[in-house]
Amino acid sequence: MLVDPITSMWSDRLFQATLVVLLLAMVFTSLEYASRRVSKAARKEPAAVGAAAGDGATAETVEADGDARPARTRADRYGRVGVSLMLLALLLHAGSIVLRGMATYRWPLGNMYEFTSALCLMAVGAWLVLVYRHPVLRPAGVFVLTPIVLLMFVTGTVLYAEAAPVVPALQSYWIIIHVTTITIGSGMLLVPGVASLLFLMKRNERPAALAAKLPGAEALDRLAYRVTVLAFPLYTFGIITGAVWAEAAWGRFWGWDPKETVAFVAWVLYAAYLHARATAGWRTSRAAWINTAGFATIVFNLFFINMVVAGLHSYAGV
Amino acid sequence: MTTSAPPAPPDTPSGGSRPGPVRTVLAFLRNTWRGLTSMRTALVLLFLLALAAMPGALLPQRSLNEFLVDDFYADHPTAAPIVEALGGFEVFASPWFAAIYLLLMISLVGCVLPRSLEYWHSMRAAPVATPRNLSRLPHHAAGGSTDDPDAVLARVRGALRGWRRVERTEPGGATTVSAERGYLRETGNLVFHLSLIGILLGLAGGKMYGYEGDVIVRADGTEFCNSSILGYDTFRAGLRVDGTDLHDFCVRVDRFDGSWLPNGQPATFGAQIGYQSGEDLAAGEETWRPDEIEVNHPLRTDGDRVYLTGYGYAPEFTVTWPDGQSRTGDIQWRPVDQDGTQLSEGATKFERPGVTDPEARRTSQLAVTGTFAPTGAVDPEGNLVSTHPDLRSPVADVVVMRGDLGIDDGRGQSIFTVDQQKIDDGELRAAAESRLGIGDTVTLDDGTVVRFDGVTPWVNLQVGHDPGQVWVLAFSIIMVAGLALSLTITRRRFWVRVTPADGDGPSGTSGGSRVELGGLARTDRAGYGEEFDRLTELLAPRPTDKKDG
Ligand code: HEM
Repeated sequence: MLVDPITSMWSDRLFQATLVVLLLAMVFTSLEYASRRVSKAARKEPAAVGAAAGDGATAETVEADGDARPARTRADRYGRVGVSLMLLALLLHAGSIVLRGMATYRWPLGNMYEFTSALCLMAVGAWLVLVYRHPVLRPAGVFVLTPIVLLMFVTGTVLYAEAAPVVPALQSYWIIIHVTTITIGSGMLLVPGVASLLFLMKRNERPAALAAKLPGAEALDRLAYRVTVLAFPLYTFGIITGAVWAEAAWGRFWGWDPKETVAFVAWVLYAAYLHARATAGWRTSRAAWINTAGFATIVFNLFFINMVVAGLHSYAGV
Repeated sequence: MTTSAPPAPPDTPSGGSRPGPVRTVLAFLRNTWRGLTSMRTALVLLFLLALAAMPGALLPQRSLNEFLVDDFYADHPTAAPIVEALGGFEVFASPWFAAIYLLLMISLVGCVLPRSLEYWHSMRAAPVATPRNLSRLPHHAAGGSTDDPDAVLARVRGALRGWRRVERTEPGGATTVSAERGYLRETGNLVFHLSLIGILLGLAGGKMYGYEGDVIVRADGTEFCNSSILGYDTFRAGLRVDGTDLHDFCVRVDRFDGSWLPNGQPATFGAQIGYQSGEDLAAGEETWRPDEIEVNHPLRTDGDRVYLTGYGYAPEFTVTWPDGQSRTGDIQWRPVDQDGTQLSEGATKFERPGVTDPEARRTSQLAVTGTFAPTGAVDPEGNLVSTHPDLRSPVADVVVMRGDLGIDDGRGQSIFTVDQQKIDDGELRAAAESRLGIGDTVTLDDGTVVRFDGVTPWVNLQVGHDPGQVWVLAFSIIMVAGLALSLTITRRRFWVRVTPADGDGPSGTSGGSRVELGGLARTDRAGYGEEFDRLTELLAPRPTDKKDG
């Protein structure tokens, strides 16, 4: 099987364009954040939320963005531009990945470059869906974009791999099922990871300057839970399909290969997160820490295990 | 419910008797059990499990790569024995790892079973009566309606379709509706947790009754039958496997096909095979079923799986003694390099035919040892290297050893090497040395000729048997289903109290009604608020009082 160099070149260009547009989106979302004005009442809000840990609507600064139609603030305008740019980036990014697949005549998730790129796409997509459904979250966009842009940058430089065929072990339809579900799951889990960190910032009001303008702690906490609850079963499914594939490819369905082991650790951490949500005294801050640790483990698995600890999975290649 | 510990029944000291030793022990056991099965313990155990698995990824593991463990010993001579003593090189077989997951499983059973019992009861009971004071609930709304109570109630029934509902009338003339939904969530939760136990049992079953063996088979029509452990080069048996009743089946390897990219990176591997299943053998069938074993595509027969896990080459040598007798040997040599060029080493052993005198035997045995390269080249130091794994220009650097191979000593010998002890003792000595291409010969001092005839590829077959794995898969699928169920279904309680307004209702207009709503989220607290607001909008168009907390 050969590689189509022209298509592959266009895939690379679209990737670069995506990165540029995401950077622009980051500029606008940070402008939005910086020019956001928070009322005195809202500034006090985190303390109130800390006390009432029941569920409920967000006592948010909704008035600033939502209902007050005529007075669209400057922050609001920046925010809208930021979201539009993210949408544009999403399209360019999807194009880049599709072209990569067309250039190599295979599913475009065959190495770390492609995998991490798709993970970022999923994270941006998940965030856009969330902002569409819960506009109060939009001001947190810059915090979600920052790790995504960083990841994209690393993807385009350190991890970049020329379009090429993959080794025999990866020539299987299982790559479509297993790697795709894991990618979607991991990409979605980036959002709760960031949301949990923001929740901790908001709750502890540290750093105060940043925390004041964040969406309400309640909203962040709920965001983290909701996305985790969707992504965790997907991630679980991804691990199971990986085991099914390993049974056909490596002669056993589970062998505690480093990659498998760390995926297991991340899975157990997310299980612990869900438990913590149902355990008195663990519901808020501690649960948020666990969620953050869970995503950190996923990133660790992606980078450290692939690049430093060699295992059977290491031929996924840098 | 989101409470962490099961409700503790009050300790009722009966009849003032002092607690005897039996009671103390019982109390201790009960408290231990309670502690073990609390949510907090489960959390701690989950953490421990995650923490304990981590060294398994960071330290070299013997089950994965023995050489990396040796490297670790070389690099950290002081730390390695300590790590070894702690089980750090065999984390997943270590007692402390087993202790954590067994405790977790016990805790799980103790936690989930009582919970399901409680759930079973609540499932059969009617939704709880409407609390007197709905404004105490986390979600609450109240308002007036110009519709009369019957119309409001009809609307309530419509909005709560699919909920389990009970309507009750209160002495004051009010009608209440208690509604609950999301019962399946607990089912999902239960199914999920119990499948975890199923998975563990499946794993344990595989460890008990499974086996795995490796065997090298030459790809020239050689047959291998799974009839006894002796047929294998290495065999790892489950705890309850003694090797007496392996599943009968035979595999004949007809050909090995490999293709490589120009840089030597493998592109495809496959072995053309024929096989006879246990049934075929029992029926005395003569025909072989053709099949192909490739990466990602093992042969599955008789509950066993046969994988292609490696390949190599068997150089063929013919020794012709001065008296004209000759023997041919073509035992496999093994690849020794790390970068996949298939540079190989081995020892092809010969006994001179017709020599029976033990003393003479012990001086006349031969072994062709050395290095073999499928695509031979010479590096600057003059050593033979291989530049490609495919058979392009085979070259063998041979050292012919003569003397006592130690075959008669009764000790097991590696097929790949000669006995180093015999060399050290001077009983086995190099008799000739040469670099041979195919068809080349080397002649020993006594006129014996060794000829390099050609090369046959071999494949390494791994035979695996794991009766537990289908159970692990089945429970995994059930587990995900249960998980998805329990995470997407929300448990909600909802109450409505409708009072005719002409009495003491605040709206004052006769013919209308006063509507009071209350809501409680059970098991999780993410986002009942919005849903509650929607219901409120639907039921009480003019809210006069609303609370969200
Ligand atoms: C191998 C160990 C365990 C794993 C991987 C695990 C995983 C999970 C997961 C992922 C959930 C969230 C899904 C759901 O709500 O159904 C959950 C919930 C739950 N687990 Fe476990 N669990 C384990 C052991 C335990 C143990 C030992 C207990 C009891 C002490 C327990 C009690 C519960 C309860 C009560 C819930 C429901 C929480 C709620 O109401 O939201 N689990 N578990």
